[in-house]
Amino acid sequence: MTSYQVVQIIEPSGRRHTPADWVRRGGLSRLAFALPLLVVFGVFSWLPIGRAVVMSFQETNLIETSWVGLDNFRAVFADPLLGQAVRNTGWFALLALVFGYPVPLVGAVLMSTVRRMKGLYSVLAYLPVVVPPVVAVLLWKFFYDPRPEGVFNTMLGWVGLGPFPWLQDQTWAMPSLVLEATWAAAGGTVIIYLAALTSVPAELYDAAEVDGASLWRKIWHVTMPHLRGVLLITLILQIIGTAQVFLEPYLFTSGGPANATVTVLLLIYRYAFGQSLGSDYGMATALSLLLALFLGVLSLVYFRLTRSWSTS
Amino acid sequence: MTLIRTPRRAEKNAERGAVSEADWRRPVLRRSLGASHIVMLALLVVWGIGPLLLLAKFAVTPTQDILRTPLAFFPHGFAWENLDEAWNDVRVSHYFLNTIAIAAGAWVSQILVATTGGYVLSVLRPRYGKVLQWAVLATLFVPAVVLLVPLYLTILDPPVGPSMLNSFWAVWLPAGASAFNVVLVARFFDSLPREVFEAARVDGAGPFRLFWSIVLPMSRPILGVVSVFAVIASWKDFLWPLLVLPNPDLQPLSVRLPSLQGSTDMGVLMAALAISTILPVVLFAVFQRMFLRGAGLGGAVKG
Repeated sequence: MTSYQVVQIIEPSGRRHTPADWVRRGGLSRLAFALPLLVVFGVFSWLPIGRAVVMSFQETNLIETSWVGLDNFRAVFADPLLGQAVRNTGWFALLALVFGYPVPLVGAVLMSTVRRMKGLYSVLAYLPVVVPPVVAVLLWKFFYDPRPEGVFNTMLGWVGLGPFPWLQDQTWAMPSLVLEATWAAAGGTVIIYLAALTSVPAELYDAAEVDGASLWRKIWHVTMPHLRGVLLITLILQIIGTAQVFLEPYLFTSGGPANATVTVLLLIYRYAFGQSLGSDYGMATALSLLLALFLGVLSLVYFRLTRSWSTS
Repeated sequence: MTLIRTPRRAEKNAERGAVSEADWRRPVLRRSLGASHIVMLALLVVWGIGPLLLLAKFAVTPTQDILRTPLAFFPHGFAWENLDEAWNDVRVSHYFLNTIAIAAGAWVSQILVATTGGYVLSVLRPRYGKVLQWAVLATLFVPAVVLLVPLYLTILDPPVGPSMLNSFWAVWLPAGASAFNVVLVARFFDSLPREVFEAARVDGAGPFRLFWSIVLPMSRPILGVVSVFAVIASWKDFLWPLLVLPNPDLQPLSVRLPSLQGSTDMGVLMAALAISTILPVVLFAVFQRMFLRGAGLGGAVKG
C-alpha cells in the first residue's frame, strides 16, 4: 500500500462524522429521495415481514397479546383439514403443471416460426391474462353449469358427451379449477418463452444448417437448449405461484364439495378472517410461515439440483 | 444490465428463427407448417376471443335465454336493458369509479416509490445504497402469503396515525412497496449514459433538477411499462381490497362482483362482468407493445 492510498482512506473518514459536512455533500437531498422507498417498504414490507415471525409465536385478539411458544404451530398440525389442504394444493400444482407447462412451450415454439401477423398470435394468446381474474372465474363458473343446458355441457353434448357435474363433483372440481387457471395464466408464459426464443443467436441456426441439420434437429439441439434456463425458472415460479392459489377455490367452490378444493391459502384465510372459526391471527401466520419455509427450501433444493444444467 | 436491451436486440433478429429460407422453399415443410399455423390461429381465436365474445353476447341477452339456450344466437332478441340496469340500478358506475380511484392512487404511489427509489439506488448511490438494495431485493423472495395477516394488522393499527381500514390509503400505500418495480426502474437508470449526468452536474444541476429534467424524461419507455402494469394489477386485485375495504360503498368492482351473484339476474351479472372487462381490454388493445414487452421483461427480471 502506498502512502497516497492511506491518506485517501483516512482523510474522508476523519471528516465524515460531522453532520454539517454530510449535509454539505448532498446527504439531505439523497435522503429525501430515499424517503418514499424507506417509509413505504419500512411500514408495508419490512415491518410486516418481521412481525410475521413474531406473531407466529403469539396469541392476540388485537387488544391483548401474549407469547404462546409453539402453540400456534401445534394447533396448525392438529387441524384435521391440514393434510387434506396440503394434498389438494399439491394436486392443484401438479395438474397446473400437466395442463399449463407443455402447452405454452409448444405454442411459443410454433408461434416463433410464424412469418406473417406474428403480433396477432401473441395478442390472442395474451388476451385472457388482462381479463380481471374475478370476471374470469365468475364467467367460467357459469360455463361450468352442471345442467345439460350449461355452456360446456351443451358443447360436449354436440359430440355426444356429458353432461358433466364439473364443480359439483369431488373428482372433477379441482381439474375444472385448474383448467380456468391455465386459461387465465398461460398467455404470460407464452410471451416469456417468445422473448427468450427471439434471443437465440442467428449464427447458431446458420451453423446448424451448414452441418445439414433438419428443422426438428435445429429445434431440438439449438432452440430447446437455449430455452432451458427460462424453462427452469418458469417451472419453479409456477410451483411457487400455484402453492399460493386462493382466488379459484375461494370463488368457484369455497373449498367444496366435501373439502375437495380446500387449499393451504384458503385455510390461512379461514384462520384469520373466516367468521365461523373466529380470528386466529397467530395460527394463520404460523401456517403462512410454514408454507413460505417449505417454498424456500424447495427453491434451494431445486436450484442446487438443476444448477449443473441450467446455464445454456 | 442487459435487461432493457433484450427486446430491442430481439426485434432486429426477429426475421431469423429456426426455420431458414431454404426450409421455407421446401413444399412439404411449407405446407405442413402453414397448416399448423392456421390450426393454431383458429385455436388461439377460440382461446383468446371465444370466452370474451360469449361474455359480450350474454351481456345483452335476456336472462331466460342465457339460462336455457346459452349458445343460441339471440332467439328472443337483445336485452340492452341489462347494461342499463347493471350500470345504474346495481351501481356498477359507482364501483367503476372506486376502481379507477384505487388504480390511480396505486399508480401514483408505485411510480413515486419506483422512480425516487431507483434514482437513489442507481444514480445518487449513497453509502447505505448497497444495504438498501439488498433490503429491497430480499422482499422479492418472501412469498406474498407471509405478508397477508401482519400487513392487515399494520393497516388496522399503523405505527403512526389512525386505522386505515375503509380508506383507499390502505390499498394505495402497500401497492408502492413493489420490489419488482424498483428493480426494473433502477436497472433502466443503470443503462442511461453516465456522461449526460456528469455534464448536467458540471452545468450546475442539483439532484432534484437532474431527476426531474434529465432522468425522468429519458425514462419514458420503462415508466410506461410500470404504469400499465400498475393499473392492470390494481384492476385485477381482489383479496387485499376485500380485506381492507369492508364498506361496500368503497369497494372496487372485483370485490363487488362476487356478491352480485346471488342478488341479480344472470343477464345483469353478465353485463356487470362485461363492463368490468372493457377497460383492461381497451388498454391492452392500445398499449399492446408495452404489455407484451413488459410481460417478456417479467421473465427476465425474475430470471
